[in-house]
Amino acid sequence: MNVNQQPHMASPYGQPQSGYQGYQQTGYGNQHVPGGYPTPYAPYNGPASTYQPGPPQGMRGPPTSGPPPVSGTQAYSQFGQGDTQNGPPPMAALQQRGPQPGYVGQYPGQQSYVAQPPAQAPAPAPKRLDPDSIPSPQASDIPPVQKTRHRIDPDAIPSPIQVIEDDKLNKGNEPFVTGVRGQVPPLVTTKFQVKDQGNASPRFIRCTAYNMPCTSDMAKQSQVPLAAVIKPLATLPLDENGPYIVDHGESGPIRCNRCKAYMCPYMQFIEGGRRFQCGFCSCVTEVPPHYFQHLDHTGKRVDCYDRPELSMGSYEFLATVDYCKNNKIPQPPAFIFLIDVSYNAVKNGMVAIVCQELKTLLDYLPRENPNVASNIRVGFVTYNKVLHFYNVKASLAQPQMMVVSDVADMFVPLLDGFLVNVAESRVVIESLLDQIPDMFADTRETETVFGPVIQAGLEALKAADCAGKLFVFHSSLPIAEAPGKLKNREDKKLVGTDKEKSLFQAQVSFYSNLAKECVAQGCCVDLFLFPNQYVDVATLGVVPTSTGGSIYKYTYFQGQADQERFLNDLRKDVQKQMGFDAVMRVRTSTGIRPTDFFGSFYMSNTTDVELAGLDCDKTVTVEFKHDDKLSEETGALMQCAVLYTSCSGQRRLRVHNMAVNCCTQLADLYRNCETDTIINYFAKYAYRGVLNNPTKNVRDSLINQCAQILACYRKNCASPSSAGQLILPECMKLLPVYLNCVLKSDILHPGADISLDDRAYLRQLVSAMDVAESHAFFYPRLLPVHKLNVEGNALPVAVRDSEERLSKGGVYLLETGLNLFLWVGANAQQELLQNIFGAPAFSQIDPNMTSLPILDNPYSKRLREIIESFRAQRSRYMKLMVVKQEDKLELIFKHFLVEDKNNSGGASYVDFLCHMHKEIRQLLS
Amino acid sequence: MTTFPEFIQQNEDRDGVRFSWNVWPSSRLEATRMVVPVASLFTPLKERPDLPPIQYEPVLCSRATCRAVLNPLCQVDYRAKLWACNFCYQRNQFPSTYAGISEVNQPAELLPQFSTIEYVVQRGHQMPLNFLYVVDTCMEDEDLQALKESLQMSLSLLPPTALVGLITFGRMVQVHELGCEGISKSYVFRGTKDLSAKQLQEMLGLTKPTAAQAGRGQQQQQQPALPSNRFLQPVQKIDMNLTDLLGELQRDPWPVTQGKRSLRSLGVAMSIAVGLLECTFPNTGARIMTFIGGPATQGPGMVVGDELKTPIRSWHDIEKDNAKFMKKATKHYEALAGRAAANGHIIDIYACALDQTGLAEMKCCTNHTGGYMVMADSFNTSLFKQTFQRVFTKDVQGAFKMAFAGTLEIKTSREIKISGAIGPCVSLNAKGPSVSENEIGTGGTCQWKICGLDPNTTLAVYFEVVNQHNAPIPQGGRGAVQYVTQYQHSSGQRRIRVTTVARNWADAQTQIQNIAASFDQEAAAILMARLAVHRAESEEGPDVLRWLDRQLIRLFMFHLRRSPFLQVFNNSPDESSYYRHHFMRQDLTQSLIMIQPILYAYSFNGPPEPVLLDSSSILPDRILLMDTFFQILIYHGETVAQWRKAGYQDMPEYENFRHLLQAPVDDAQEILHTRFPMPRYIDTEHGGSQARFLLSKVNPSQTHNNMYAWGQESGAPILTDDVSLQVFMDHLKKLAVSSAA
Repeated sequence: MNVNQQPHMASPYGQPQSGYQGYQQTGYGNQHVPGGYPTPYAPYNGPASTYQPGPPQGMRGPPTSGPPPVSGTQAYSQFGQGDTQNGPPPMAALQQRGPQPGYVGQYPGQQSYVAQPPAQAPAPAPKRLDPDSIPSPQASDIPPVQKTRHRIDPDAIPSPIQVIEDDKLNKGNEPFVTGVRGQVPPLVTTKFQVKDQGNASPRFIRCTAYNMPCTSDMAKQSQVPLAAVIKPLATLPLDENGPYIVDHGESGPIRCNRCKAYMCPYMQFIEGGRRFQCGFCSCVTEVPPHYFQHLDHTGKRVDCYDRPELSMGSYEFLATVDYCKNNKIPQPPAFIFLIDVSYNAVKNGMVAIVCQELKTLLDYLPRENPNVASNIRVGFVTYNKVLHFYNVKASLAQPQMMVVSDVADMFVPLLDGFLVNVAESRVVIESLLDQIPDMFADTRETETVFGPVIQAGLEALKAADCAGKLFVFHSSLPIAEAPGKLKNREDKKLVGTDKEKSLFQAQVSFYSNLAKECVAQGCCVDLFLFPNQYVDVATLGVVPTSTGGSIYKYTYFQGQADQERFLNDLRKDVQKQMGFDAVMRVRTSTGIRPTDFFGSFYMSNTTDVELAGLDCDKTVTVEFKHDDKLSEETGALMQCAVLYTSCSGQRRLRVHNMAVNCCTQLADLYRNCETDTIINYFAKYAYRGVLNNPTKNVRDSLINQCAQILACYRKNCASPSSAGQLILPECMKLLPVYLNCVLKSDILHPGADISLDDRAYLRQLVSAMDVAESHAFFYPRLLPVHKLNVEGNALPVAVRDSEERLSKGGVYLLETGLNLFLWVGANAQQELLQNIFGAPAFSQIDPNMTSLPILDNPYSKRLREIIESFRAQRSRYMKLMVVKQEDKLELIFKHFLVEDKNNSGGASYVDFLCHMHKEIRQLLS
Repeated sequence: MTTFPEFIQQNEDRDGVRFSWNVWPSSRLEATRMVVPVASLFTPLKERPDLPPIQYEPVLCSRATCRAVLNPLCQVDYRAKLWACNFCYQRNQFPSTYAGISEVNQPAELLPQFSTIEYVVQRGHQMPLNFLYVVDTCMEDEDLQALKESLQMSLSLLPPTALVGLITFGRMVQVHELGCEGISKSYVFRGTKDLSAKQLQEMLGLTKPTAAQAGRGQQQQQQPALPSNRFLQPVQKIDMNLTDLLGELQRDPWPVTQGKRSLRSLGVAMSIAVGLLECTFPNTGARIMTFIGGPATQGPGMVVGDELKTPIRSWHDIEKDNAKFMKKATKHYEALAGRAAANGHIIDIYACALDQTGLAEMKCCTNHTGGYMVMADSFNTSLFKQTFQRVFTKDVQGAFKMAFAGTLEIKTSREIKISGAIGPCVSLNAKGPSVSENEIGTGGTCQWKICGLDPNTTLAVYFEVVNQHNAPIPQGGRGAVQYVTQYQHSSGQRRIRVTTVARNWADAQTQIQNIAASFDQEAAAILMARLAVHRAESEEGPDVLRWLDRQLIRLFMFHLRRSPFLQVFNNSPDESSYYRHHFMRQDLTQSLIMIQPILYAYSFNGPPEPVLLDSSSILPDRILLMDTFFQILIYHGETVAQWRKAGYQDMPEYENFRHLLQAPVDDAQEILHTRFPMPRYIDTEHGGSQARFLLSKVNPSQTHNNMYAWGQESGAPILTDDVSLQVFMDHLKKLAVSSAA
């Protein structure tokens, strides 16, 4: 269920909606919705269509924590069957967390698991579950009455919260020092400090495995993906230093003669320092005279610690003119704002909001030195069916608008005065931004173009001979006659069929060609969408996702309600540090090589990742494959070099180095894996897979690979035990739960209520996510804020994403990385409500509020602080939604309780674990 | 009876008509023997301040194929209230409004002195005048500044209700939306892509009413305002706005690299201008005024590439078929001219550049639409500034002297048919009984469109006598011609001017003296010259000369032969087009000057006197004033120049010398004040480089070849290989008597 639908939800909550009533009833009563569902994408007349429940899956209801409220009984009474199938008594029992009747008896082994200490440490504690009792998701339509006999205690299976908390406890207290090869860094959920002593910080690079198998046979056997998630321009916390800038003078950075790897700590100086041997390809290269330095008795250069490139994992080189396009020092980059001024865009308030905001935002263009004005120039275009360029040259008394109607053959009508310095042209720009909303206030033009808009920006950058970024604010499907014209191809009937993949593919090839041109010019495109119907994100997103840009989507945007989120996103997007016209190259030790790349970029060959723009949030996942043997002594080295133009127009090379161990024993591999990173890789791999394969095949292959990983461990590393036991490696014990989350995500297992656009949007979004974001995206953080300690800084321990864990008397904050929910239990204490909402009673809480009232009590303050700090951690602004228990909005909320079965048929954690076990057993037998 | 010269003069003054023959040979055979055809020079809007406007509509002959206008030559039966058409002999009833007609109460159109009469059509609403400026921005700042000032000045000369529009172009073409507050808007088009009128209409959003207009729809119905759109607005409304807009015009900002010409999208700009008016104001008077500072270098209509190293085509290239853009460009501009003419729109071209600008390709735009072609070196010259200002000259009533969207229809007696017309007009393809199969000039029609007219605009109309030899015309029979000119007056009124003239028939065998005496030598010369120039435009040069030599041999033709209208040597294609353009539209007097410049001599020996256009007239103690129409040249003879250099004119005792110097200057000023386009004013002296203009015009009776044989004392030798008149005449005499001719 997609967060982006919530803006649409927000307004009519107050109105009674029959659709929701029906849904709630089916949710609990597990029944067919009486009557048909309104067609999806019917003209927008209320939110009913979006959250229609899926076709009944004929399964039992998820184990809900709260029994139906008393008032609900009447509602249920409309549906007689509901009562018989879903009797409240077992639910009530669950709520009290009592063991399921009959469970212990059915699982004799369980006691032994509980009792067994993790004696094999660091080998993982084996977990045994009775295989016979594991219901597979496919078997989930067995009537619930039968199944309750086989219930597994959710507390007995690996808990993400436990793992996260343990990691915090073990690793969060001391700095993570990167000097030692092959160290597994703390989890992304742990707060820690990094000391760069020769390897890149995990904030820049995280690997799936920190001890790689030496041979490809081993790698194949284990099926553990070997990948690195690289975030080259990641923002570091204030207490960590950013990469130092190194200037090697006119001749440029010192590099290996053969593989062209950049000078780094892995280069071995020999012959008294006159030459160095490359750690990657072993080639010996002369040290240039100006770089010569004597070695000490250990063979280290004397100046080793004075030079970042010899002692640090991450640093930057100043690039020489040889590293510039056309051997020309680049011009400072430009930002071009392209604003849709068609009827919809004007009416929903977007145009006015953007124009108003830009007036102040332009003062905060990215700069490297906060004391110097930004070098970035800006330009403005508005468009509907035609494009309007604006001349805002400082010398003009008033702005000039130039209309280009010839969209078939786009060109930029002006050279001088389109891209200007903000400070110089401030008066004219302000006058323009004041006028734009008025000029189009009465517009009746509903048709828009899109291809020519990007072409226009691209042409403008070409004319100015610089790189830059386009900010496109767009509202509707571009149906006007122009290149890149699209038609509405939304067809939900294709979901679940072999043709489903076409929904993720672009409708026309125009945009991929355009993207190529953009990349060649260093034109990054950020797309802000404000649709109120299908806009074909899959196609519109091609250019942004190929140019290192981002897509933001505000469905059913309404000025007042949604501007906070949009403006925060816009501000962040405009202000964030970024590099332009970037090329990234990953070099590795002989023995492995990067074979596959995931993210928002374009590749014209197999090695160079071309990013027209690369911002601090963009992440590239790189997969490695063996092409030879690795050695245990040298380990596996990788060097990621990103050549980019900084926002001041300086050409630079950022280098991240990473060394991991290599092993000949599978156990070593399994001991040094990072599940969050593996999941990041799996998600990106699968999300790309759906472009070309039926979704079901993608899901099956994910399950299969995961089963193989675990089976391989079971076979080769675990101590012999009963075949019926499920044994998971310690550092992968969350793999099943997380994988389940990936599998039941909206992309791989859509509910009927998710739009095609949202799926395309999320798919593209995930492809550039880093590990921290993908973690929260797949396994949201659920904080019991009623347990908040207002005194200290500590956050309450999160709870698992399951309805069972919610207490009726509690208030919970759920964070998905894209959204925030504040769930309020029906029995929450009055004092708590008063503190948070200033409302005396549960019934008086306004579910439409988008921010908490500012109340002068420590509790409210602390809660708002937490919300702000959560928001600060994410690249996108998370809108807060208040969800009252039993409210219709609760359904959206429940979608994120990922350990539970969801209403589109996604398995619960327990069920999936059982299924996994079955798969593993099949592989083993 | 008055003498023929008087008759001719009187006719010209009253009707603006001059016939080559004022008594017509009565049969086809005889007429063809006359060599010079029966033809007329007709000035449709001859200035007649005395002419009272008639506030009713003309009475037409009821025969559908005739529709001639009631005129003084018609037979009228006052009792029966009938009139007989003098062209088709149809008897027509007078309309009821003429009930009171009688011998003593005659309407004006029946009075003999109203052989030319002007009707003011009352029906229909008044049409606005449109002025669409098409401005090149690829020029030096100084030029652009001068042009901007001229344009701003012109706004003050326009009537307040006139609609103005602005299109600027350089690498791109910008159509400016006028009357926007707070922001200036323009529509921009690529300069390399031609657009059809329909595409343009869509792109400018002219197909459907804009939101703002739709909102005001109700108001508009209540008071039908002048039709206008965002691009053409009344001067009174956007005067300030447009002045500012012009003031802010900048040079085309696109960089021009070394060795390149500016990219100038002239072809597309004109196409857009034509298209814009075509879809907004068809058949309404409009002037597209194009100001160009160089040749079109890209897109349709380009005449030269942007590489400076390839020069613009010369006559040499054209003859060698080496002008690769010429055909395509000419086709483009011809198509535009056709579209503009069809809608009654005028295209003016004001080309100011040192090099050629492609007038040769664009000539049809002005020639077919009655537009002006002005050529100067820079917009910052008085030549351009004054000429441009003179476009907006007003008559005594304060109305512009220009008229718009005119059509000329000619009706003839049965014995004579129309072969065609030569002048700034296009055919309307109106077939009729009076249309001859023999085409001369623009023929095959009895109606022509003349989009732009001024009081000087003169058409040459050629007739053919079709009466057979065996069907004699009764004694005293007269042939009649009626010219019906409909046009839009600058006040917005529709007006019809009707000129009806008649000439006697004469039998060439018996009355040859009569016919010979009626010969109008000047008119005939100009009519033949027009024909020659027309042929020169469409045929190869030497052939025309040979044809001309065969046709008529007189002094006149000697100068015509040497004139830039036929000779292309030493002239660029643009200059030829420019000279021919003016020759084809000016009235008789001016045309005469063009062919045979006037030379006045000023000296202490007596009052100023006209002297022979001969090198022998160039004497050291004379000041010469030459008027070639395009140039006014004052030439100080060797001695006079020395005196002037010595400063005698400043000494009080030589005041007479000062007067002598001043006299030609004053005379020149007089000409400069009235002529359109303003001539190039040249003040030179013996040995001065500019003296070449004089030397190239005079008859080279003395050249470096014969100067020692001829009298040493008088005149100045001309360094030329051209034959002198003497040689020419000798040769002609030989030809005339030889049987081979």
